[in-house]
Amino acid sequence: MDFAPLLGKANFWAYFFIMLTGLYGMAVKRNLVKKIIGLGIFQTAIMLFYVSIGSKEGATIPILTAADAAGRGGIDAAAYINPLPHVLMLTAIVVSVATLGVALALTLRLWRRYGTLEEDEILARLRGDPGGEACTPRS
Amino acid sequence: MRTLTLVALTLTAAFLFRAALDFPAWGDPASPAGLHVSRFFIERSYDDARTPNLVTATLADYRSYDTMFETVVVFCAALACFFIIRAAREACVANVFHYRHAPTGLVLTLRRGCPLPRLRGRFEQIDSEWTPRSVILETVSRGMIPFLQLFAIYVLAHGHYSPGGGFQAGVIFGASYILLAVSHDLRTLTDHVAERTMHLLAAAGVSLYVGIGALALWAGMQFMDYGWMTLAFGMDGPGAHSLGILLVELGVALTVCASLTTIFKLVSSEGTIMEGL
Amino acid sequence: MIQEINAAILLLLMVCAVAALQVRDLMGAAILFGAYSFLMCLQWVSLGAVDVGFTEATIGAGVSSALFFAAIFRTTRRTKD
Repeated sequence: MDFAPLLGKANFWAYFFIMLTGLYGMAVKRNLVKKIIGLGIFQTAIMLFYVSIGSKEGATIPILTAADAAGRGGIDAAAYINPLPHVLMLTAIVVSVATLGVALALTLRLWRRYGTLEEDEILARLRGDPGGEACTPRS
Repeated sequence: MRTLTLVALTLTAAFLFRAALDFPAWGDPASPAGLHVSRFFIERSYDDARTPNLVTATLADYRSYDTMFETVVVFCAALACFFIIRAAREACVANVFHYRHAPTGLVLTLRRGCPLPRLRGRFEQIDSEWTPRSVILETVSRGMIPFLQLFAIYVLAHGHYSPGGGFQAGVIFGASYILLAVSHDLRTLTDHVAERTMHLLAAAGVSLYVGIGALALWAGMQFMDYGWMTLAFGMDGPGAHSLGILLVELGVALTVCASLTTIFKLVSSEGTIMEGL
Repeated sequence: MIQEINAAILLLLMVCAVAALQVRDLMGAAILFGAYSFLMCLQWVSLGAVDVGFTEATIGAGVSSALFFAAIFRTTRRTKD
């Protein structure tokens, strides 16, 4: 049996493992900050998968060499890594930090109201006494 | 619930691991992703925009419509943060001030309206959760911040030729402000750049980006076609696209820098923008 | 792209991802997440995506760690899981 193709797939399997780790963090962990960390791991794993699709064996980074930039035409597309996934993921990373800020702001708001970061305690408080601004632990 | 989630995760893992067997081979130049439109980007971008960095050319020229909305998303995230945790104006006026007498290290706590006692030596305002000041940290940060900002401008201006561009430049510039806030205190940052100025800069970046695109409409071209600069400044087509990329990246850098700094200020001070990390 | 370095970075990435979720201290989790982001940046450079690696180095390892620290400073570092 030929194992060489499977070796290439091992990269994809590693990406899937990281992605599922992030999904596990988002679904099973009860702490809100842990959930946000899981979200970050999930996002970066998908970006990694996306970028890896554009990689080419034996190609160079997507910046034209001086020789190619000087000569008119005749650029070999197989000599440069596909820039399109890089563009999409570059913007996605910046958006991910912006959404991280919004998520942390919501977490702070929940902390101010319930005084805890644990999801089960917040849910218990919601079922027990609805409404009413709780005393803040830090005035 | 936990068991159910784990079962679902295992099933997803099995499907994904099986699906990976049908993917194109690792690093295959002839995989479908590398054949269609990216080929066009690689072969044409230098003739179209005179930009050796293919990522910058694709980001700010071919896919500028996409990047415009990414910038808007960053701006909206800062706006959302502002509306979620910015405290009301009354909560942001401190009633108690803490002053440290520099020569003796004595800390005075004053209610609002009380005048400072006449003592020899300098008083400095400190946070209520005061951390001892570290001279080494402050001096090293003060030395680093100008170079960080200079490097950010270099990354922005050199984005056509090397890795970098508006997003990275904006983040590095924002990081220099965050470093100032962390190494000194939040008041030092707001004394340097007022909160209102930051908000205006974030809005100005988005406006610059959209304005560059909208001027093309005025010249009778398609939205985001930088070709109108050939008419306005009398330059050739690729040069106009190169200049358009630079201006658009400047808008991106302004928005990203101001938005990230605003988000950090809001999160670290819990919305009051008075005392922070 | 050197396969051995690539494999080592991927292994460390998986370790960091699991450790960041399992450690019972939020400050430690944030630091491990920063390490994870930096390894991810190395992985991207090894894939040839230099611009993405640059962005990840500034954002993932820099600004997002600072945001996490700010939020943990304002709340608590204790966690039950």
